[in-house]
Amino acid sequence: MPILTWPVSEESALVHEQFDDIGQQREAAKLGMWIFLATEVLFFGGLFLSYTVYRFAYGHVFVEASRKLDVVIGGANTAVLLISSLLMAFAVRASKLDQRRMLTGLLLGTALLGCMFMSLKGVEYHKDYVDHLVPRMGFKWEGADPGNAELFYWIYFAMTGLHAIHVTVGIGILLVLALLAWRKTFSNGNHNTVEIAGLYWHFVDIVWCFLFPLLYLVGHR
Amino acid sequence: MEKVVDPKIYFRTAIVLLVLLAATWMIAYIDLGPFNLIAALAIAITKAIVIALFFMHIKGSSRLLHLAAVAGVMWLLILISLTLSDYFTRSWVQ
Repeated sequence: MPILTWPVSEESALVHEQFDDIGQQREAAKLGMWIFLATEVLFFGGLFLSYTVYRFAYGHVFVEASRKLDVVIGGANTAVLLISSLLMAFAVRASKLDQRRMLTGLLLGTALLGCMFMSLKGVEYHKDYVDHLVPRMGFKWEGADPGNAELFYWIYFAMTGLHAIHVTVGIGILLVLALLAWRKTFSNGNHNTVEIAGLYWHFVDIVWCFLFPLLYLVGHR
Repeated sequence: MEKVVDPKIYFRTAIVLLVLLAATWMIAYIDLGPFNLIAALAIAITKAIVIALFFMHIKGSSRLLHLAAVAGVMWLLILISLTLSDYFTRSWVQ
């Protein structure tokens, strides 16, 4: 251990040994998260690509199939996620300002809105099941081309399902962070974790901004 | 202590996003032919950019983070454009 001959500020105590200073450490964490989000873009990208290909191939059936989805629940969920993103942005701000109570409350509020999103999604999935829209589970289609209508719902459930898994993971992260925030883990400049969790949450919001118009508002209603 | 953004910016961002949501919702009930899809995509892309700039703080962050953010989108565009160039140039796909 080298003998420290200079005064140690609170922030430099947070720096791990592989980093020169706190700024570099924070930048590295954000860069890592953005690279992870780039892989997530491609993860969802594969599904968006299959949606695009089949939409161009069977556009008319996709429009018909899309009209059976509940646009009110879908739209309300968009608003819920947007407001949760607003709370998350304020949570990151509170963590930087070292406002522990505010941070804990905002993280819990964001998680609560995430739970609200998932509940609405659950109601919607149940409605889809009752309306015989779930592929392989009593799927019934009165109109033309039932095979490709079913294909639309496969894509719908794959995309919204993968997104719902991301929201669930996000809620878990937010609840753990809320507990840690309450225990003063993020005090005195140690806000990196909250900031990159925020990036993840906003990303999940962005994905829904594309899913809502593409799945619920295909063509015109 | 790191610099923080004025709360007004977050509120304005959220209002812009909610207005864009209302816009995309309303446009879906007007028949614009192929422009329905174009309008929906344009609004979705605008929302994504607004979220990235103001909520994810791309505005005001380093060039390195800008590059990482753009890289993900670039790879997605390569994925989509190369695949579609294949599908659209084969006569056996309707």
